[in-house]
Amino acid sequence: MSDAPSVTRRRAPAVLGRFDGWAAGALVVSGLVAAPLIAVIVLALTPSDDIWSHLLSTVLPLYASNTVFLMTGVGAGTLIIGTATAWLVTMCRFPGRRVFEWLLLLPMAIPAYVIAFLYTDLLEYAGPVQSALRHAAGWTTRRDYWFPDIRSLGGAIAMMTLVLYPYVYLLARAAFHEQSVCVLEVGRTLGRGPWRSFFTIALPLARPAIVVGVALAMMETLSDYGTVTFFEVPTFSAGIYDVWRNMSSVAGAAQLAVVLLVFALILVAAERWARRDRRFHHTTTKYRALPSYRLGGGRAGLAFLICALPVLLGFVLPVGVLIEHSLRAGADSFGWEYLGFAANSLLLSSVSAACAVAVGLLLAYGIRLGRSPLLKYAARIASLGYAVPGAVLAVGVLVPLAAFDNMVDGWMRQLVGVSTGLLLSGTLAAVTFGYVVRFLALAYGAIDASLAKVTPSMDGAARTLGQTPGGALARVHVPIIRGSVLVAAMLVFVDGMKELPMTLIMRPFNFETLATWVYVLGVTERLQDYSPGALVIVAAGVLPIIVMIRTTSRSRPGQGPGQGMTS
Amino acid sequence: MRTSSIRFWQTTTVAFAGAVAAFSIAPASAAEEVNLYSVRQPALIQPLLDAFSRESGVKVNVVFAESGMLERLKAEGANSPADAVLSTDVGTLHDMAEAGLLQGVKSDVLERNIPAAYRHPDGVWFGLTTRARVAYVSKDRVKPGELVNYADLADPKYKGKLCIRSGKHVYNVSLIASMIAHDGEAATKKWLEGVKANLAAKPQGSDRSQAQAIMQGACDISLANAYYLGLMSVDAVQKPWGEAVKPVFLNSQGRGTHVNVSGGAVTKSAKNRANAVKLLEFLSKDEAQKRYAEDNFEYPVKAGVAVHPFIAGLGQFKSDPISLAEVAKHRARATRLVDEVGFDQGGGA
Repeated sequence: MSDAPSVTRRRAPAVLGRFDGWAAGALVVSGLVAAPLIAVIVLALTPSDDIWSHLLSTVLPLYASNTVFLMTGVGAGTLIIGTATAWLVTMCRFPGRRVFEWLLLLPMAIPAYVIAFLYTDLLEYAGPVQSALRHAAGWTTRRDYWFPDIRSLGGAIAMMTLVLYPYVYLLARAAFHEQSVCVLEVGRTLGRGPWRSFFTIALPLARPAIVVGVALAMMETLSDYGTVTFFEVPTFSAGIYDVWRNMSSVAGAAQLAVVLLVFALILVAAERWARRDRRFHHTTTKYRALPSYRLGGGRAGLAFLICALPVLLGFVLPVGVLIEHSLRAGADSFGWEYLGFAANSLLLSSVSAACAVAVGLLLAYGIRLGRSPLLKYAARIASLGYAVPGAVLAVGVLVPLAAFDNMVDGWMRQLVGVSTGLLLSGTLAAVTFGYVVRFLALAYGAIDASLAKVTPSMDGAARTLGQTPGGALARVHVPIIRGSVLVAAMLVFVDGMKELPMTLIMRPFNFETLATWVYVLGVTERLQDYSPGALVIVAAGVLPIIVMIRTTSRSRPGQGPGQGMTS
Repeated sequence: MRTSSIRFWQTTTVAFAGAVAAFSIAPASAAEEVNLYSVRQPALIQPLLDAFSRESGVKVNVVFAESGMLERLKAEGANSPADAVLSTDVGTLHDMAEAGLLQGVKSDVLERNIPAAYRHPDGVWFGLTTRARVAYVSKDRVKPGELVNYADLADPKYKGKLCIRSGKHVYNVSLIASMIAHDGEAATKKWLEGVKANLAAKPQGSDRSQAQAIMQGACDISLANAYYLGLMSVDAVQKPWGEAVKPVFLNSQGRGTHVNVSGGAVTKSAKNRANAVKLLEFLSKDEAQKRYAEDNFEYPVKAGVAVHPFIAGLGQFKSDPISLAEVAKHRARATRLVDEVGFDQGGGA
């Protein structure tokens, strides 16, 4: 691993000299994607009626501590669950392993605001759990016993961990999959047992991927608004809405959003620090089937339990509740209109996923080719959108887009006397752009972490054989990292299916997605009105997850398609 | 070998260009239409909009979002497609008016149908329904005539008996703002502190869930909008919640119960201005006013339109006659007071 960087350095200048177009293109694209964030920062520069002295002396400390606790809680929870389950299903053999491999991903199809709603219904005073307890123990009122309040910081951490750990699981699993057997065998030769192999070899090697996963989960936590307000746990993002809507101060809201950006920058810095300037590509291309530890008896049972619990709590139980309420609502609650909404959701999410992956590839590969420090920073800023609450980011997208539209309109009026009106604002192209801005971190993170595994000598070889950088990307890099490219696309897709605040604000007239429709149905506060739509969102998210997982289990380097894992 | 990579890039480029082109096509505009930005949930107003389309032949296009509509209007500027806005409270309309996004409308129909207190003096926005913020009290545990005024909620004798949704919810902010307008900031702050001290639990949930909490014995008294009682009465699950409480129209003997309005306005950018005015006029007429009352249990603003029998059964009340434009000015202050007394952190052990 140690001599790899010098290889990069010898090759890079030639690449840079001949193909600067890549760097320039990547720079322009990252500038476009970063524009909404810059718009938020510009908004923050306008005066805000001394909101800060008010906030500092009242609720700001609470926002800060809630945000920090929530982030650390979710970070630790997703790290432990995601990494442990990924290691178990990749490296160990126990009953159910193959099924868990994809079951463990399913909770990510459930929006956090839906799972929070469902668990509150289950665990609140009137819910089935407490009712059963009261019945069993003979209690009659609230004052007779103590029961943990789901609407609390702890509740919010639990809900978000349950639906966000798959990010870590997915990336960690991919990393464990792509690891070279040789290092593990060296470890074994040197007498490392399974535990020590994990902690001293596999975990450090998978660190970039795991850190990216945890950082993504924490960024999504930062931007969450639905869950924290439902649970009345005021965080920065809840505070942003408050300042925005009740104090009518967009500037103040934007200033709080900038604080969130600082949090996100710290996360990104921590992620980079964790990777420092080491190179994580494997030095050998010997990819045989991974060795696996056969677990027996109690250990197998424990592994089964560790994998079953997140699936049970994060998917089976909530979906069961959704199904039960949907059945109670009856068949006529599944109207044909759902087909239209589902088509809208699928279209928006898949086009956004394709665009985000393209942009992510362009940026990650542009950085790899160009070594332009400017591009590095631009890409990092461009992927911060994930940490900003969707509604604030939507405003950030609206402002430059409408400014562009109005500018073009002004020119056209002057030049040819024709008004073009708003070309992009209020169109699906604008919403798609918004999704890319919001979810680029997912695509870029997954691709960037994985590109690190393509050795620089492969770039060199491809170029020596006459490939252009584009040719090398299409014929060398993408095939090698295609598993991670799919993962990136799926992450954006699934998040797109759940996206609510941006879609609400930016959408065209008379346009509904599944998420906006379910939100509208939620106004009655009745689970039976809400469940059928929520179920469709989950189902629509589950399908691509299964497709993706089937593809990535075959995407281990050195294994052609159709060649199953021999273990 | 090389062609395969060229084809890869060709396909990618063509796919993106196609997608962008397909996505940027705005829907073709019908001959007669009105474009609506709604801050109000569409479920309740959609039947009204459909009725308007049937009567007038004008197609209504809607975008609904609870926040961000002001910013969208502002960013789009004179080219904005929006002709009208609808809102659940005065606050948003007030902010849009302050930002110069609305235009004054002179309409005899609107002025005749809507009392002056419920519309902007220059016709910049119009209230369409009123909703009263009342106390929900336990039928069993609170004696009739015991609780009379908003001020009573701060009485120490109700310690541990109150529950309420977040003090920052727009309905509560509006109530607090009206108190600032009447009694000044210091008195309002003292009242808020008193109410906080009486909380049985951390402010949470919705107006409906307060009735549920009272039914379960978690508290005896709450604040909520009156129409939720009607909505709960027609829901199988929520019916018992509503039946556990009765409403008290606070301050009925004094300055009157706090009311907010849902309303609408015409945007400054309106291209279909005449249709936008026609829509607002339609919503202020008997038929629409009756539907607001029947479907959502709200109070019609137009005099002479009957309220829902269920709501009529709750009794007559006097509403606070203060100008809602005046109340709206104190919303930011009200929100700060909620922070200053740590209202939403109240009710802890």
